Amino acid sequence: MHPPADPTRAREFWAGAQATLPLIVGAVPFAIIFGAVAATSGLSPWGTLAMSAFVFAGASQFIAANLLAAGTSVALIVLTTFVVNLRHTLYAATLAAYLKHLPQRWLLPLGFWLTDETFVVVVRRYQQPDTSPYKHWYHLGSAVAMYTNWVVCALVGVLAGQHIPNPQNWGLDFAMIATFIGLLVPTVRNRPAVVAVLVAGLGAVLTYSWPNKLGLIVTALLGVAAGVLAETHLPGAAPDTVEAGS
Amino acid sequence: MNEALLIAGMALVTLAVRYPALALLGKITLPVGLLRALNYVPPVVLTAIIVPAVLFKHDQLLLSPANDYLVTGLLAVFVAWRSKNLLLTIVLGMLTLLIWRGLLGMLPPGWG
Repeated sequence: MHPPADPTRAREFWAGAQATLPLIVGAVPFAIIFGAVAATSGLSPWGTLAMSAFVFAGASQFIAANLLAAGTSVALIVLTTFVVNLRHTLYAATLAAYLKHLPQRWLLPLGFWLTDETFVVVVRRYQQPDTSPYKHWYHLGSAVAMYTNWVVCALVGVLAGQHIPNPQNWGLDFAMIATFIGLLVPTVRNRPAVVAVLVAGLGAVLTYSWPNKLGLIVTALLGVAAGVLAETHLPGAAPDTVEAGS
Repeated sequence: MNEALLIAGMALVTLAVRYPALALLGKITLPVGLLRALNYVPPVVLTAIIVPAVLFKHDQLLLSPANDYLVTGLLAVFVAWRSKNLLLTIVLGMLTLLIWRGLLGMLPPGWG
């Protein structure tokens, strides 16, 4: 990736959108499947679209749909959403250093549009040594491209879902599980992460019968604690840097 | 279930984890310990959702080839591990599910 020669606002914007394109391709099935599957969990078509447009956080939207189908209370779904999306604070803390000079009218939309994908792309741009004064336009281009794709694909999914009778018979709900597996596996990169995941898996089975999916929060806390403990106590297990997701 | 309340709540807490750290202009730093712990949140939460979804069938633990989600879930883990490709994991997972259900005679009417 090369910084745009003779950078202007428009050139930075389009370069940001282009650099995000491969990640957008990966998000297309994810976004369409959400639109198609959310209806089976009890969300209305408008509710599905509104969730994609206003929450804009893929994994947590799938989890919410899943919990909704299981009859979970609104309060617990919102709490779970908070926990699942906490990692964005890591991204925001990392990016804040590059955005110090920007007014709130920039920070609010860039904050709302912060995703795993845009973070990965724009942090590389900010770290490039050139002195372009418009690097935040590159950021905006990446964010707008991700967002537009996410909302349009949700609409496609909602429309497609209405033509598929009883999607659960087709195993479309398994698409959600497969998506989670595809997101999960690459994050298990070291021994503490393996320990955390094993404890979480065991905890999820043992707390399965607890009411209102309360077991999910308890399991999440246990798993995180196990990972942190493993990091401190397993010989040679401590990762040397804090990695901001992938 | 109040749909508007659910979406508003989710939107609010999601903005609350994305925006404030940007707005505070990097003046505060989170404790390193907390940052490290946050790294484990995504894999742990995803695991806590995947594992029961593939191990339980009609609220019963089912560790057998008759559990189609377990069989295809294991294959999806293998594909994700070898390829690190999200799209390939989803597509191969879904294909295997259809094939496995065909073998078990579980396809929707007209396909079995």
